[in-house]
Amino acid sequence: MPRAARAITEPLLAGLLSLGMLAVLLAVSGYPVGESLTALWRGAFGSWSVLASGTLVRATPLLFAGLAVSVAFRAGILNIGAEGQLLMGAAAATAVAVSLPPSAGFAGLTLALVAGTLAGGAWASVAGMLRQRFGVLEVISTIMLNVVALHVTGLLVRGPLQEPTRTFPQSALVDQALRLPRLLPGTRLHAGVALAVLSAIGLAWFLRSTAAGFRLRMTGSNPRAAASAGGIDVARVSLLAFVASGALAGLGGAVEVTGVTFALYENLSPGYGYTAIAVALLARLNPVSAIGSAVVFGALEAGASAMQRDAQVPAGMVGVVEAGVILVLVASEWVGRKVGESGSLNRGGTPRADEPAPPITPPSPPPTTSLHATTP
Amino acid sequence: MTAAPLADFLEASVRNATPLLLAALGETVAERSGVINVGLEGAIISGCLAGLATASALGPEAGLAAAGLAGVAIAIIFAIVAVGLAADQIITGTAITMLGLGLTGTLYRVLYGDTGAALSAPTLSALAIPGLERIPVIGRALFRQPLPTYLAALLVPTVWWWMYRTRSGLSLRATGENPAAATASGVSSRRVQALAVLFGGLCGGLAGGTLVLAQVGTFAEGMSAGRGFVAIAIVALGRWNPVGAALASLLFGMASALQFLFQALSLDIPYQIFLALPYILTLLALALASGRYAAPAALGMRPQSAA
Amino acid sequence: MLDAIKRHYGPVIALDGAHLRVAAGEVHAVLGENGAGKSTLMKVAYGLEQPDAGTLHVDGVPVTFRTPRAAMERGIGMVQQHFALVDAMTVAENVALGGRGPLNLRATAALIRSISADAGLPIDPSAVVRDLPVGAQQRVEIIKALARDAHTLILDEPTAVLAPQESAELLAWTRRFAEGGGTVVLIAHKLREVLRVADRVTVLRRGRTVLTAAASDMTEATLADAMLGSVDAPQRNGDAGTTAMAQFAATDVIILDDVTVRDDGGVQRLRGANVVVRAGEIVGVAAVEGSGQRELLRVMAGRLDPTTGRATVPESVGFVPEDRHRDALVLDATLTENVALRHAATRRGLVSWAALDRETTALMARRDVRARDASVPIRTLSGGNQQKLVLGRELAGSPQALVVENPTRGLDIRATSEVHAALRGARAAGTAVVVYSSDLDEILHLADRVLVVAAGAVRGVEKDREQVGRAMLTAGP
Repeated sequence: MPRAARAITEPLLAGLLSLGMLAVLLAVSGYPVGESLTALWRGAFGSWSVLASGTLVRATPLLFAGLAVSVAFRAGILNIGAEGQLLMGAAAATAVAVSLPPSAGFAGLTLALVAGTLAGGAWASVAGMLRQRFGVLEVISTIMLNVVALHVTGLLVRGPLQEPTRTFPQSALVDQALRLPRLLPGTRLHAGVALAVLSAIGLAWFLRSTAAGFRLRMTGSNPRAAASAGGIDVARVSLLAFVASGALAGLGGAVEVTGVTFALYENLSPGYGYTAIAVALLARLNPVSAIGSAVVFGALEAGASAMQRDAQVPAGMVGVVEAGVILVLVASEWVGRKVGESGSLNRGGTPRADEPAPPITPPSPPPTTSLHATTP
Repeated sequence: MTAAPLADFLEASVRNATPLLLAALGETVAERSGVINVGLEGAIISGCLAGLATASALGPEAGLAAAGLAGVAIAIIFAIVAVGLAADQIITGTAITMLGLGLTGTLYRVLYGDTGAALSAPTLSALAIPGLERIPVIGRALFRQPLPTYLAALLVPTVWWWMYRTRSGLSLRATGENPAAATASGVSSRRVQALAVLFGGLCGGLAGGTLVLAQVGTFAEGMSAGRGFVAIAIVALGRWNPVGAALASLLFGMASALQFLFQALSLDIPYQIFLALPYILTLLALALASGRYAAPAALGMRPQSAA
Repeated sequence: MLDAIKRHYGPVIALDGAHLRVAAGEVHAVLGENGAGKSTLMKVAYGLEQPDAGTLHVDGVPVTFRTPRAAMERGIGMVQQHFALVDAMTVAENVALGGRGPLNLRATAALIRSISADAGLPIDPSAVVRDLPVGAQQRVEIIKALARDAHTLILDEPTAVLAPQESAELLAWTRRFAEGGGTVVLIAHKLREVLRVADRVTVLRRGRTVLTAAASDMTEATLADAMLGSVDAPQRNGDAGTTAMAQFAATDVIILDDVTVRDDGGVQRLRGANVVVRAGEIVGVAAVEGSGQRELLRVMAGRLDPTTGRATVPESVGFVPEDRHRDALVLDATLTENVALRHAATRRGLVSWAALDRETTALMARRDVRARDASVPIRTLSGGNQQKLVLGRELAGSPQALVVENPTRGLDIRATSEVHAALRGARAAGTAVVVYSSDLDEILHLADRVLVVAAGAVRGVEKDREQVGRAMLTAGP
């Protein structure tokens, strides 16, 4: 099947798989299956306006975070920290946007987006340096940093960034002039959607066509060969990949603030950074396919809200479905051995070409039969 | 005069350390078999809800047992996917955590209604050891604690002895270092790993039960609050050794208890800093420990497929 | 003992009705080309692999071994080519691993001492395996099997990692073991050893048994014919002794001046090495595994900086490491991408994939790399084709020096001779070639002169089997 077709059919299949799982869960918990799924469908695709305001708006941060996860996983980095990086991006963008006068306009908006991008990258670089310098597993450090980011946000919206009346734990509103423009009048669909799609295409191009993207992919796929045969500075490439990954998630947070919420508050993200793992895996870490899988999960989440409202089904059930999808995908080798190819978590910092290995290494091929010297 | 806040601080430290220690002991065993279970958080939260639901019907001791079983149940899913099907451990574990959080949130609403009204469960009362509890400063911290604390304290030497002094403990350690060698020596390394993961789930579930039944007294969505991840960090900090895990848990118990001490000393510091402190400390401690050299050699590795 | 065994890995048939009968009290050699199915057959006998068809009998009784434990319980032990030892544990812990009853390491240590004394296999039970030389690790494996009362021992190419004198000792031990009533199944690839030590020989070819005979009835020539079947034995290039050096005015290409290398743990791996490699010669490096040859090669390839001393290495050095899957190739990447890896560090801006595809296609034609096209993942290629691509990549642009490590490990005879031809071709083109092989015969076959590394010391030794073999075991004067 051509790749373009696969990029559409595969997310659809996963969507069906999720619906099947959801139906079973609903039945088991005693909810009316038909009614609930109808509510889900109406909430996700029921009309142009819910598609635009619900599904696509939800899909946007998922796509940014999904791209962040993809680029990290492609580089052999298990960044589970998109959630925290997104929050820090949102916080930085808010800080910039609320401190600028309305006259800053588009330039101010750009500045806010850039600030969010940089903050996300900086937050991820902490995990990158911890891995490089001290061999701290990024899986653990990024999760820790997610929690810290949550509390930092909590601190900001009760302290330096709290709204002027000092009543609610949230920031002041971003001025109209500094918000992302609406794409469709009457809906919440904002220009951030286009920015996300452009980022996906740009990332795909970067990975495929540039020398730096090639180095990133080779480092992720086999860091030892990348260093030994390619002379690649894998430590540097990994660190840059951490930053790039965090930057994408941070941009996602900045877009969320300037396009949807217009203010910073603690529960800004309902776990976008975690759902993003499912988005990235479903897309086989391919940035363009991630567009489709972000829409699938965006629809699921938008539909879940409708389901909760109309059929009183807890929205948390969608989290169960997402987890189920990830489990099915990893169990079926959907993404092959691309993820975690570097194998042992014990790798500590980064492998080096000159690392002396023990004399016997288990997975190497056996010595050949050598006849030449004994054949008469 | 300063003795009372200090005794309070130590008591709170031990109390906070207990669920972390239980979870970390289980994870230590799992990781020594070469499996890192990031789904530990899911086991803990499952233990929380099962503990609450069972305790309100059958009493807190039954609740604790049910919490352990719930942890095992969710660990079974992890074991099937990550050990049985040899899928990536980290991604599987992340999904298991999402599953645990989503499932408990949903079930809680299904069981107790939309409002998610705070339901309180009967709790395990502190068991005082006569005489010893009167020791100044440390008496209450060590000898007037609820059942799970004594359980965890007993588990530390037990797990240590088992790991280093028994043949099955040897099989566990060998599997974590070199599963292929263990298999060739007659050890069924997949089975060792699966059982180690289930033990990890049991301990994680007990940790969740402890949280509900010995500390909070109720359930809230996501109340495990990252303790599973902290426990994984504790395992690394404790150098994959049960005694090390005990010391590291205590350290984190103290970090979380600092807020009580500071409140007692009437220092005005935003509480988010205290909430974030254990996690920041974890990062710092991991950086300083640079634990990678002590890690089991095959940790996180997927089995090589044939040919 | 093993009858009509079939085993396939997906579409690859490893065993196609092979059979093997081993009598008690004999040394039975199993021969075959690489990929003939020797190791797979033995893994079936030891319960590491399950046959798809066929039966297994022990003492006339049909058995099925689902696990190695089941095989051990019937008195079968195996020393695999890659030792199944836990590096981080002691000898005693390794021997105790997988046993039954309460753990008593003191009793295990006593048992090891008594077996070690009886069998003449010296070992310290409290040593950590990681710190032991390869030969001692092999003794641990044998003792481990004997501690489980194994009466049948399967040894998979046991001499491949040993120096000649150690090999001789091991083979002598197998004779003693057989004379004491034990049974040894010896997988081997050195015909001379087989004829010296074995009572009977079985030859496998493409998963089938083609010959079982008394060793005394065979010669090296008849064995080689049986192994190769209709395929002719590889042509030996007659010019093995001549050098292209004369044409290149003996330019010094690689110069090591008093080079010492310490590893991360501060252990000295290489001490005071003084080496010169000139244009247009092949220098062979011989060493027992773990003697410091690994570090020597990496210093010469510019992949490792000396701790002290000076290494003069040219700008362009090709390097073919022994573990190509780990160090030379990105298995999931395409052929083109693997070729592109060579200049990955210095490339800027965009990658011109079209040009690289053409370059790769040309390289495939020149080096006879067989694949559908340059866009398939290199994982799908055979080991020989992968190695030819690596060699071709490293030789592209005629580097001044080429360092290769076990270049034909795991390759069949045809691919081996193609690799050898490529190395000679590089020499003829004026490249300074350094070859390390754990197979002494390969070094003697290829090299113009020989360096021996023993315990970190490097010295030149006359190209003579006896002298090189002796030098490999001693750190020298």
